[in-house]
Amino acid sequence: MLNVRRLPLVIGLLALPACAQFAGSFTSVGALDLSGNWTPVIMEDQPERIPGPELVNYSGLPITEGARLWAESWDASRLTLPEHQCQVHVAPYIYRGPLNLRIWVEKDPQSQQVVAIKQYISTYEQTRTIWMDGRPHPSPNAVHTWMGFSTGKWEGNVLTVYTTHIKQGWVRRDGLPESDRATLVEHFIRHDNHLTHVSIVTDPVYLTEPLIKTQDFLLNLQEGQNWLYPCEYVEEVSGRPKGEVPNYLPGQNPFLHEYADKYHIPLEAALGGAQTMYPEYQLKLQKEMAAAKK
Amino acid sequence: MILKSFQVLNVLPAALLLAGLSPVVSAQSGTAPADLDVLRVQGNIYMIAGAGGNITVQVGDMGVLVVDTGLAADSGKVIAAIRKISTKPLQYIINTHFHPDHTGGNEAVRKAGVTITGANVTGNLTDARQGAQIIAHENVLDRMSAPTGKESPTPPDAWPTETYTAGQKEVYFNEEPVQVIFQPAAHTDGDSLVFFRHSDVISTGDIFVTTSFPFIDIDHGGSIQGEIDALNRIIDIAIPKHEEEGGTYIVPGHGRICDEFDVVEYRDMVTIIRDRVQAAIKKGMTLEQIKAAGYTKDYDARYDTKARIGGADSFIEAVYKSLTKKK
Repeated sequence: MLNVRRLPLVIGLLALPACAQFAGSFTSVGALDLSGNWTPVIMEDQPERIPGPELVNYSGLPITEGARLWAESWDASRLTLPEHQCQVHVAPYIYRGPLNLRIWVEKDPQSQQVVAIKQYISTYEQTRTIWMDGRPHPSPNAVHTWMGFSTGKWEGNVLTVYTTHIKQGWVRRDGLPESDRATLVEHFIRHDNHLTHVSIVTDPVYLTEPLIKTQDFLLNLQEGQNWLYPCEYVEEVSGRPKGEVPNYLPGQNPFLHEYADKYHIPLEAALGGAQTMYPEYQLKLQKEMAAAKK
Repeated sequence: MILKSFQVLNVLPAALLLAGLSPVVSAQSGTAPADLDVLRVQGNIYMIAGAGGNITVQVGDMGVLVVDTGLAADSGKVIAAIRKISTKPLQYIINTHFHPDHTGGNEAVRKAGVTITGANVTGNLTDARQGAQIIAHENVLDRMSAPTGKESPTPPDAWPTETYTAGQKEVYFNEEPVQVIFQPAAHTDGDSLVFFRHSDVISTGDIFVTTSFPFIDIDHGGSIQGEIDALNRIIDIAIPKHEEEGGTYIVPGHGRICDEFDVVEYRDMVTIIRDRVQAAIKKGMTLEQIKAAGYTKDYDARYDTKARIGGADSFIEAVYKSLTKKK
């Protein structure tokens, strides 16, 4: 969820068209050093990020009708299938969880020009390469990965990164999908020992408008723990027929009303959509709920 | 210079690459004269996209093997692209199925190749060397040819020269075992997966595509259960390297290079839609009612071509016909 304290900064960054953000050649003049170990500050959106989102809580997300139907048929038991057990949070989502983040710079030994900024993310042991040498993105026919293909440039003291070639993943880990056509723009903003990460996801398949989120990190001067995340699948459900894919048939998701009922909000609000992102939606809800009581 | 996997190798800039210049050239850079996109997958394997169905190319010291040959109209470009990858003798063509976007180039590509024969058929049997061998399931030959006296849908020079009827056909070429694995009644009745065991790449034909819903050719022996079985077979063969990524790579019939997880998501989608149609049939719904129910709506924005091939309507119809077919 966007932190309103940073809204002016984010709006300013968004005002730059994507092509303008990536036109021009690489420059490292004025760039900050982001190197080090970073620990997430998880106060923002904590219920979603640590315990995990509740089932059929799609509120505050600009999802399409297709995304909602996809999620309503998603049975969490799908994650027990061997081929799903080690699936990784895609680049736009992975910073939301508990993780240790290490950032370092790779330089050409001859010229000392920055070739890439690298990140190691402890959750799922993912390494991201943000190419800083001006190379183009690969063909659309090239493979897609969890972390995608990223290029970056410094805009003043802000590292702006553009990522394509991301695998299908999710927007929220209660089944809301993100397609393999999604692209990601990120801004890494350092203020002393505080790092703000702004992510802007555009998905022509499952989002009706860009989804903007922020995450915060603190510099951790200790090496820290928990850098490993080995995942090996096991047989979690014995006797399951081969080829079975757990899913709810249309209209048969038993959890459809659970979140809405628990928090006494209309189902319409729990089912999300772009309107549920904006403050004025609260007023609309209040009016509708007051009218319903009469 | 050794290229890393997936660095784009366009046809024209290949010479620049070999000269040690920038190894990364985007297909979007507009420098590929033939409009074909040539990418290295891994090991000995390349993928050529843009000539109809994807073409998989295996190269090595012994020569060249291709899986499928694309559209007839693009064969000149395809042969030129293959020759940019390797100038060794083109010895084998494997057809994944009979559709013309995968076999249209058979005649021309075969003629550009050669069969290296054993010593017992050398001498005056000069025509034994002419053209590459074409390997496919027997049903591909049946679909491309016709009984004596009837007009064949394709010229004889495009027909498979070596067929198999069940299980698999094995080839050992370029120091690599190649399994041609029959998948019954899937996209058609003559589908083969081609597994390059050393390079660790599977070429799937149209059993798996990333550009549309599956086109299940019911009129030519395809079926929804065969399609799902075939997708699960790909998942069984593929082994990811780390956290469901990398390892075995997949060349789909159309679309981008994939790994196991991409096939898993596609398999999930096909299975879920099958489940929905099956439940609707049990409730007594007609085909028209099922089509109107929007059972593909969560996937339409990604996969619906709105055409007969790969469209939501035709996919639903194929699933329905498969499930209601009298056994």
